[in-house]
Amino acid sequence: MSAMRVLAAMSGGVDSAVAAALLAEQGHDVTGVTLKLACYGTTPLSPRACCTLDAIDEARAVAMRMSFPHHVVDAEQVFRERVMQPWVDGYATGRTLYPCASCNQHLKFGDLVSRMDLVAADKLATGHYARVRQETDGSWGLYRARDTHKDQTYALATIPYAVLSRVVFPLGDLEKTEVRGHAQRLGLSVWDKPESQDLCFVPDGDYAGYITGTLGEKRGSEPGAFLDEAGNRVGTHRGILHYTIGQRKGLGIAMHERWYVVAIDASANTVTLGPRRALERDGLVTGPVNWLLPAPPAPGTRAIARIRYNHAGGAATLWPRADGTLEVRFDEPQLAVTPGQLAVFHAGERCLGGAEIVAGLSLAESGAGVARARHEQGSAPAHA
Amino acid sequence: MPDMIYLDHNASTPVRPEVAEAMHQALRDLSANPSSAHREGQRVRAAIEHAREQAAALVGADPRELVFVSGGTEGDHLAVVGSAWAQRERGKHVAYAAIEHHAVHGAAEVLERLGWQHSTLPCDANGMTPPESVNDLPAGVTVLSLMLANNETGVLQPVAALAARARARGIRVHCDAVQGTGKVPVDMDSLGVDYLVFSAHKFGGPKGAGALVVRDLAPLESLFRGSAQEHGHRGGTENVPGIVGLGVAAELAKRELADEGARVLALRKTFEAELKLAVPDAIVHGAHAPRLPNTVNVSFPGARADHVLLALDARGIAASAGAACASGGVEPSPVLTAMGVPRELAICALRFSLGRTSHAENVGRAVTLIAESVRAARAVAGVAR
Repeated sequence: MSAMRVLAAMSGGVDSAVAAALLAEQGHDVTGVTLKLACYGTTPLSPRACCTLDAIDEARAVAMRMSFPHHVVDAEQVFRERVMQPWVDGYATGRTLYPCASCNQHLKFGDLVSRMDLVAADKLATGHYARVRQETDGSWGLYRARDTHKDQTYALATIPYAVLSRVVFPLGDLEKTEVRGHAQRLGLSVWDKPESQDLCFVPDGDYAGYITGTLGEKRGSEPGAFLDEAGNRVGTHRGILHYTIGQRKGLGIAMHERWYVVAIDASANTVTLGPRRALERDGLVTGPVNWLLPAPPAPGTRAIARIRYNHAGGAATLWPRADGTLEVRFDEPQLAVTPGQLAVFHAGERCLGGAEIVAGLSLAESGAGVARARHEQGSAPAHA
Repeated sequence: MPDMIYLDHNASTPVRPEVAEAMHQALRDLSANPSSAHREGQRVRAAIEHAREQAAALVGADPRELVFVSGGTEGDHLAVVGSAWAQRERGKHVAYAAIEHHAVHGAAEVLERLGWQHSTLPCDANGMTPPESVNDLPAGVTVLSLMLANNETGVLQPVAALAARARARGIRVHCDAVQGTGKVPVDMDSLGVDYLVFSAHKFGGPKGAGALVVRDLAPLESLFRGSAQEHGHRGGTENVPGIVGLGVAAELAKRELADEGARVLALRKTFEAELKLAVPDAIVHGAHAPRLPNTVNVSFPGARADHVLLALDARGIAASAGAACASGGVEPSPVLTAMGVPRELAICALRFSLGRTSHAENVGRAVTLIAESVRAARAVAGVAR
């Protein structure tokens, strides 16, 4: 690899620090950048892994240690408009969004990519655990990291396809322990920094408290009816933003059987509860799909579908629709298909793309047969 | 990466070789404590007193009035807090111009915590503090702090006129001359102020060394007590190498002031003219006011300052966005805001400050690279925000 000019996104955490430091060590011309997001300066002085002014100092310290320049770029407005507000709107309307994906899509691989030209950078580097690879036909693909426990392709599934040729993920072939080893070897002060667990802007994990308290959001906090599957009122909920599909804890309602949140209806302000089997869905429908492929896959393509960050994934068949959305049919029913969350598709190690879940499908209501009929000419697996 | 083109002399200047040599010698040979009675101590004391003469001469002060401090921030605190405190029986109210440096705002904040009130003088669209605004200050103000030249815009303030009006009202005047000293002639008598501070690293001296001139009979409580160094105004063993370096830098600056000032002014005029040719919609702030010969504060509409700085840095140009901001956020400069510059223009403001390292060739090359960076930043503005 000849020397490249690299713009390295640095969050202040150990992963992005090592990613940037390794490239600098290899002789690349690295410029570090920390995006200043909306949360800076408002979080408590806890040893959080990102998102405080400390994080900027940590990134700067790494850059100084490795003798490359570091800058701070203000991205508060984009963060507020493209990540925070949609996330709040989601909660207020009964959908549970995954803001890390929209942050990757709009901030790191959107806003920041557009800034590469400022420094005439060849590549953008981040500390994500993922791999990019050029195919024999010249196109680019996103692949799972070698460290499968750390793999972050789920969170990267909505980044623009065109960006793949412009990014490097130096940690894609490393285990987390190796990353910490490099940090220690290079004398980076962040080497033993704790992992970030929750959303960076809600350090204590109390989303509802953050949305109503810190942001002063009024929607979604009006108490309403808990319903059973038959539509009978069985209790009072505290406002729909306190609930997400599949939730069992914190319902404040005693039943002879374990009950879960199975549906949230924002317009009626109701939360429907039911037993575990009521969470099962045979498939799902998505919004517009971001394909990490030169062209959408053929109808009938087989894939592993993941419907939340830690989901092991279920075998499924993909039925792209003409309007850019997608119908997914699972081989086995999956639990807690949650509107707003991301559905991400892999064929082997390769990440095919992802989309926001609009609704779950049950066999009786599934339109898959129709979709299949529409596309019956092409059903061969596209990416084995 | 080619050699950096350094256009940030208002932030700091390279140490002059003569200064470095004198400081090196002081570090090597002047190791005794200047307060010691023995002849080694007396040798160090003599070096300090020589530096005091050199430093005082730069601003037309009597050496006996000059107190060595660590720099501008300490000098501002000593003058503003020390004077207000000494005059506490007359009133607990201080005043300063809206465009003062953070150091003065900080000193006023100390006083506020201790029960003082403060008032500010406004700023006009050219970046100047109107002299008649002194008349609007409430009764009971004991100290007024005024900068000689604004660090961001370079606009020279009508300090003599402001001070005359303040004096007529019995108000003591402190002048923060940090950005002006070494760039334009400074004279205590013609300014008519009671206190004046300057800092060595702004004119080829070391960081961490500055001086506060305290006019005879001007009230002052010291903030650092203990041993009575600096006529009791500033306790603590002296920063001997820093003071020696300050002295040499002051002497050089005084000797070369007229020639260097004219040279830099000619360069800046060319730079500004070429910049406006390369980026026709560039707006120079404070263009209609008297300014330091070296400073250009300019907005490139649609090119956010943090983006341009990133692009400039990659192209080997060192400049500043208004005043440095620790958090890196894009906030409009309070100075430009006080001048009435709209937010969308203020967040696109950059400060280029020329100096001894500037010459026709690198300043000309800088214009090309600045124009290129502005184009890149504007391209980003179409996508990012």
